[in-house]
Amino acid sequence: MTLYLFLTLAVVSVITALLMVFSKSPVRSVLYLILTFFAIAGQYILLNAQFLAVVHIIVYAGAIMVLFLFVLMMLNLNSDTEPQKSTVWKLTAGIASGLLLVTLVGALRGSIQISTPAEANGRVGLVENLGRVLFTDFVVPFEIAGILFLAAMVGAVLVGKRDLQV
Amino acid sequence: MLILLFDTALILEKSILVIVLFLITLGVAAYSTYGERKVAAFIQDRLGPNRAGPFGLLQPLADGVKFFTKEDFMPNAAERWLYILAPGAFMFVACMTSAVIPWGTQLTIFPRPVDLQVADINIGILYVMGFTSLGVYGIMIGGWSSNNKYSLYGAIRASSQMISYELAMGLSIIAVVMLTGTLSLKEIAAQQTGFNWNIWYQPLGFLLFFICSLAECNRAPFDMAECETELVGGYHTEYSSMKLGFYLFAEYINMFISCTIIATLYFGGYNFPGVDPGWLGGFMGPIVLFAKIFFFIFVFMWIRWTIPRFRYDQLMHLGWKSLIPLAILNMLLTGAGVLLFEN
Amino acid sequence: MQALTNRSKNVVDKKMTFMERIYLPAILSGMWITLKHFFRKKNALNYPEEKRPFAPVYRGWHVLKRDAKGRENCTACGLCAVACPAEAITMEAAERRKGEEHLYREEKYAAVYEINMLRCIFCGLCEEACPKEAIFLTDRIVPSDYVRQNFIFGKDMLVEGIDPANRIDVTVRQKHIQEHKTGSGQ
Repeated sequence: MTLYLFLTLAVVSVITALLMVFSKSPVRSVLYLILTFFAIAGQYILLNAQFLAVVHIIVYAGAIMVLFLFVLMMLNLNSDTEPQKSTVWKLTAGIASGLLLVTLVGALRGSIQISTPAEANGRVGLVENLGRVLFTDFVVPFEIAGILFLAAMVGAVLVGKRDLQV
Repeated sequence: MLILLFDTALILEKSILVIVLFLITLGVAAYSTYGERKVAAFIQDRLGPNRAGPFGLLQPLADGVKFFTKEDFMPNAAERWLYILAPGAFMFVACMTSAVIPWGTQLTIFPRPVDLQVADINIGILYVMGFTSLGVYGIMIGGWSSNNKYSLYGAIRASSQMISYELAMGLSIIAVVMLTGTLSLKEIAAQQTGFNWNIWYQPLGFLLFFICSLAECNRAPFDMAECETELVGGYHTEYSSMKLGFYLFAEYINMFISCTIIATLYFGGYNFPGVDPGWLGGFMGPIVLFAKIFFFIFVFMWIRWTIPRFRYDQLMHLGWKSLIPLAILNMLLTGAGVLLFEN
Repeated sequence: MQALTNRSKNVVDKKMTFMERIYLPAILSGMWITLKHFFRKKNALNYPEEKRPFAPVYRGWHVLKRDAKGRENCTACGLCAVACPAEAITMEAAERRKGEEHLYREEKYAAVYEINMLRCIFCGLCEEACPKEAIFLTDRIVPSDYVRQNFIFGKDMLVEGIDPANRIDVTVRQKHIQEHKTGSGQ
C-alpha cells in the first residue's frame, strides 16, 4: 500500500516538475510547481512527518508560490513574452544542471545505508520530537538559520524603503 | 478477519461522518445567504426575503435554481482551463478544512463509540492554516484567468490581504498553542471543560484572531477584494452561472469554518457548563457548538452591515503595523504567563 | 464665510486620542445602534398585499364615471381637452340614437375618448374643468408597458363598469375637489 502510494506520488511529482520546466506560460509553470509541492508533501506524510508536510505546504505552496504568482500576474507575463534563448545558453544551462545532478547523486550515494526515519521510529517526525531535537541537538544551526532570516528581513525592509538617506 | 471487519466499520463510520458534515456545511452555507439577507434587512428596518416559502425559507433553493439555469458566459480571452478550475479549487479548499474540527465528544451509537471528528491529526491547527493559505489560489487564478483588469485588481487585493492577515492570525494561534501545549484541535477543545474557555486567558488573542478571520474571509469591513464601488465585482467579475455560485458559496463556507474555529479555539468548542460527556452530553455537544457557531456567523453579518469598508492602505497599515506587533506582544505575554504559573 | 444653517459642522484636523485611534469603542457603539434597529418595528410593507392609503391629493389613472343608472356622464363637451396643459386628451363626439338612453346620460356623448398617458402630467385640471363630474383621477397606478402605443388609453381603459362591483369609488376625491372648488379647504 505504502509502496504504491510512494510510486504514485513520485510519478506525479516528476511529471509535474517536468511540466513546470517545459511549460511555456510562466503562470502555468507556477501552478505545476505547486502540484509538485503537494506530491512532495504527500511523501513527507508517508514518512510520518506530518508537521514537515504541513509546514511545507504552508510555507512553499501557501506563501512563496503565492508571491511568485503575484509578481507574474503584476508583470503580466505570458507565453508571448517568453524570450527565446540561443543554443549557447541552452548548452550552458544543460551543463550546469548536469553538474548539479552529478553532485547530488555523489552526495546521496554515501548516505544510502542510513535507515529511513519511518523504519527507525514511527513518531520521529511528530512535532514534539522535532521541537526537542531542534532545541537540543541542533540548537546552534537552528539559531544561525534564525539570524539568517532576520538578516534577510532587515535587508528586505532596506530594499523596500525607497528614499533612504545613506 | 476481525481487523478487516473493524476497518470496514471504521471506514463506513468515517464516510457517513464526512457525508453528513459535507451536507451540514453546504446547508449552513446556503442558509447563511438567507440569514445574511434577513440580517441586512432587519438592520435596515426592512423585511428581507419572505416570498419563497414560509418566511422565505426556500429562498436559498430558488437562488440555487437561478444559479444553475443562468447562462454560463465565458470571456473570449480567458485562460480556459484555469478559468474553469479556479472556482472548483476555491470550493474544494473551503470544504476540506472541516475535516479536523472536533464537532463533539464521543457518541455511543450501538456498542461502538463514534468520534465526532473526521481526522484527529496531531497538527490540526496547522492543517487549518495550510488550507486557509491555499484559499488564495482559487481567487488569484480566477481573477487572473478572466483576463479582466477589475478581476486582476480584485485578485491581487484579495491575495495580498490574505497573506498579510495570515501572519497575524498564525501569531495569535501560537499563543493558544503555547497555552494548551498541543496542536491538535481535539485536545484544545477537550481542555476547555465547563467554563474554562481560552477566551478568559486570551482576550487580546481572540480579538486579533477575530479581526484576521474577517479579513481572511474577505468580509466587510475588509471586503476590498470584491469592492463593488471600485472593482465592479472584484475577482469574480467575469464569472456567471454556477461558477459564480461556487465562489459565493465557498465564501459562506469559509465563514462557517472560521466561526467554527473561533468557537473551538476560544469558546470551548462543544463544551458548556452542565454539558457532561455522558450519553446526553454526546448529543448536546454538537448542539452547543452549533449555537456558538451561529452566534458568530450572526456577529460576522452584524459587523458587515454596520461598519463601512476600509481603504486599502488602511487595511495594510492595520495588518502590518497594528495587528502583527500586537500579536507578538500577546505571544510574549502568554509565554511569560505560562512560565510564571506553570512553575 | 457665514454659515447658511446652524447644522454645518466644523471639520477639524485634530489628532485623535488613543480611544479614538483604536476604533473599537466607535465600532461597538455603531453595532449597538444597528442592534437596536434589528429589533425595531419594520417600516417596509408586503407591497401588493398591503398598501399604504393614498392621500386625497393623489392623482393617478383616470376614470370616466357613470351615473347611478349606469349611464356615461361624459357629454363630450371638450372642456377637459381644452383645460389639459399637456394636450393629452382627444375625443370625438357623437349623437345619442334612439335606444341608447340607457348608455349615455346626455344627447351627446364621446364616441372616442383617448388620454395619452405618456403626455399626461396628472395635474387634475380635467377634473376641475368637467361640468358633468364625468372624469376623475383615481389612486390607481398606471401600469407599465413596453410599447408606446399601449399608453394611449381609450374608453375601454377609462370608463368604469356598469356592474356595481366594477364601479370605481371616487368619493374621497370628489369631496376633495368640491372643497377645493368652493374654497372651504382654506
